[in-house]
Amino acid sequence: MGILEVKGVNKRFGGLQALGDVNLSVAENTVHAIIGPNGAGKSTLLNCLVGKLIPDTGSVMFDGQSVLGRKPHEINQMGISRVFQTPEIFGDLTVLENILIPCFGKRDGAFRMHAFEQVFHEKSLIEKAEAILEDVNMADKKDFHSASLSRGDKRRLEMAMCLVQEPKLLLLDEPTAGMARADTNNTIDLLKEIKSKRDITMCIIEHDMHVVFSLAERITVLAQGTPLVEDTPENIKGNPKVQEAYLGESQH
Amino acid sequence: MFGLNSKDTSLLLVVAVLTLLAPFILNPFPENSDLAQFNAGYPDLMQRFVIFGIFAIGFNILFGLTGYLSFGHAAFLGVGSYAAIWMMKLLTLNVIPAIFMGIVVAGLFALVVGFVSLRRSGIYFSILTLAFAQMSYALAYSVLTPITGGETGLQIKPIDRPLLSNLEPGEIGRANLFGIEMGNSYLLNVGGWQFTFNAGYYIAAVVMLIAFYISIRIFRSPFGMMLRAVKSNQNRLNYTGLNSKPYTLAAFVISGMYAGLAGGLMVAMDTQVGPERMFWTASGEVVLMAILGGVGTLIGPVLGAGMIKYMENILSKINDAILHQWFAFMPDGLENFKVAIIHPFIGKGWHLTLGIVFMLVVIFLPGGLVEGGQRIGRLFRRKKRKDKPSPDATPAE
Ligand SMILES: Nc1ncnc2c1ncn2[C@@H]1O[C@H](COP(=O)(O)OP(=O)(O)OP(=O)(O)O)[C@@H](O)[C@H]1O
Ligand SMILES: [Mg+2]
Repeated sequence: MGILEVKGVNKRFGGLQALGDVNLSVAENTVHAIIGPNGAGKSTLLNCLVGKLIPDTGSVMFDGQSVLGRKPHEINQMGISRVFQTPEIFGDLTVLENILIPCFGKRDGAFRMHAFEQVFHEKSLIEKAEAILEDVNMADKKDFHSASLSRGDKRRLEMAMCLVQEPKLLLLDEPTAGMARADTNNTIDLLKEIKSKRDITMCIIEHDMHVVFSLAERITVLAQGTPLVEDTPENIKGNPKVQEAYLGESQH
Repeated sequence: MFGLNSKDTSLLLVVAVLTLLAPFILNPFPENSDLAQFNAGYPDLMQRFVIFGIFAIGFNILFGLTGYLSFGHAAFLGVGSYAAIWMMKLLTLNVIPAIFMGIVVAGLFALVVGFVSLRRSGIYFSILTLAFAQMSYALAYSVLTPITGGETGLQIKPIDRPLLSNLEPGEIGRANLFGIEMGNSYLLNVGGWQFTFNAGYYIAAVVMLIAFYISIRIFRSPFGMMLRAVKSNQNRLNYTGLNSKPYTLAAFVISGMYAGLAGGLMVAMDTQVGPERMFWTASGEVVLMAILGGVGTLIGPVLGAGMIKYMENILSKINDAILHQWFAFMPDGLENFKVAIIHPFIGKGWHLTLGIVFMLVVIFLPGGLVEGGQRIGRLFRRKKRKDKPSPDATPAE
């Protein structure tokens, strides 16, 4: 039994079968990559995991519990954090505040009436947030308006927001898209380091094969909403079906 | 100090000093001078400044922080007023229970209205709150006449015998705080100037300072940060494990309680209430106050409230006769011409002036009067260190 078990998930948008009978098992403490051409249904699959979409049929179990029918915040509190394909951050808030919000969410739960406490008195949370900013090389930008960051910085900020929650399962939807090569490599190193430091399962969607092969222990190839193969990176590399469906066209 | 950082502490202290010295500051012109009509230091108006300031501060906690634009906040003000006057009619003429009741009843009402309205966001939320407020107005005006006094509203009458106040037979009760009557004033004459120190004003001013202090605390609290996150990206907040619903509802109820506090204070000052207090124009006015002063800023709503109330009470008093007096030194033709030009903007036409000021602010100072102040401040600072190059990073305020 994996920490995440997706069974027979279907999702239609009008006439379009976005997901067709998806089965996926992600083993605990592994990095599992999902690859596939544009429009394959990768983001749709993640949406079904975090409560943004409800599958038409099928089941999604996390840590032995069903996530279907739960609200996004409840699923997050179960231990699933997600980095979105287009960065979702609090643009009006400072970088540090962006990190503090998940810190409060982690410590105080989905709602707490802490209206008379002061943010600047929360020394330990601020230290924790600053440490994670250090990890993603953004410590010098902590007082910036996050809307003013570059796209790559927004991604790293969003990743830091997820990491600071210490989730059991981290879902990353193209975490390095829009990043410079050096930042991409830093991100790979960061994820490796996080992985080595504590128990965490990662599910990563990527078009950048360098990232995929640097991190993934298992790879699922999705094409037209259906898993084509699931295997180790070595076998995926040599698989002619995969070459045809995906790798061939993206290795320009 | 007070658990605030030094910047907020100084803001609070400045506001406190200005409010407490308001009878001087608002009366800069000698009693017999031509400009005396611009004096705003009389009790009635000063009370209105601080009471509407409270209303706007509370409104800003909802609108400024979460971005949810309520178009029905006057309903909570009205409900608070009705609750307060019933306390004074039945229980005691001391204003504290009345104000307290205003807050509680308005808060409960806001809980119901907020619970329903917050199922929608954006324009639909605004329309729902407007609908609730207009229903409250209609109910107060007609169906609920036994409780609200209908069109004429409620006043304290000679037959009212509050349980805990010992009134002489035939005496009309007057609002007081442990015996200090709201209407009590002390007049100070210095040279040509006359300053009025009114008990009601000072009580309302202290309440406003407390309300302002609480709002600073809320702005700087984790709760306030969550509310700003709701405005910025509600989805992200939910996917970060926080439930945005109770946060917005709490903000709605708190701002409703501020409105109830303002309503209760109004009754404490003039011991009367009518349904027009809940009319949609009253709800719209507080929106204007917040935007004019600076949405989401601490002091903005208070400035906006002051500006609108000043214009409403001072501009509207100026009439053609006064204008003729001002321009009397000019040749007749020119005098009449000037008066004709200015005429539409004064007296009953003060709304026109307000409208123009409002448009100018929205177009040129989207951050309201506070942004105007900041720009002027920056201008001065730049002049001071002209030769020193300033580090031009973009740290957020
Ligand atoms: N909310 C929606 N409503 C309608 N159609 C949708 C919706 N979300 C996704 N789709 C469609 O479902 C299909 C799969 O989309 P999805 O975003 O999951 O692809 P993807 O594999 O993430 O692609 P990419 O690599 O470009 O991100 C696409 O054809 C898309 O247009
Ligand atoms: Mg996608």
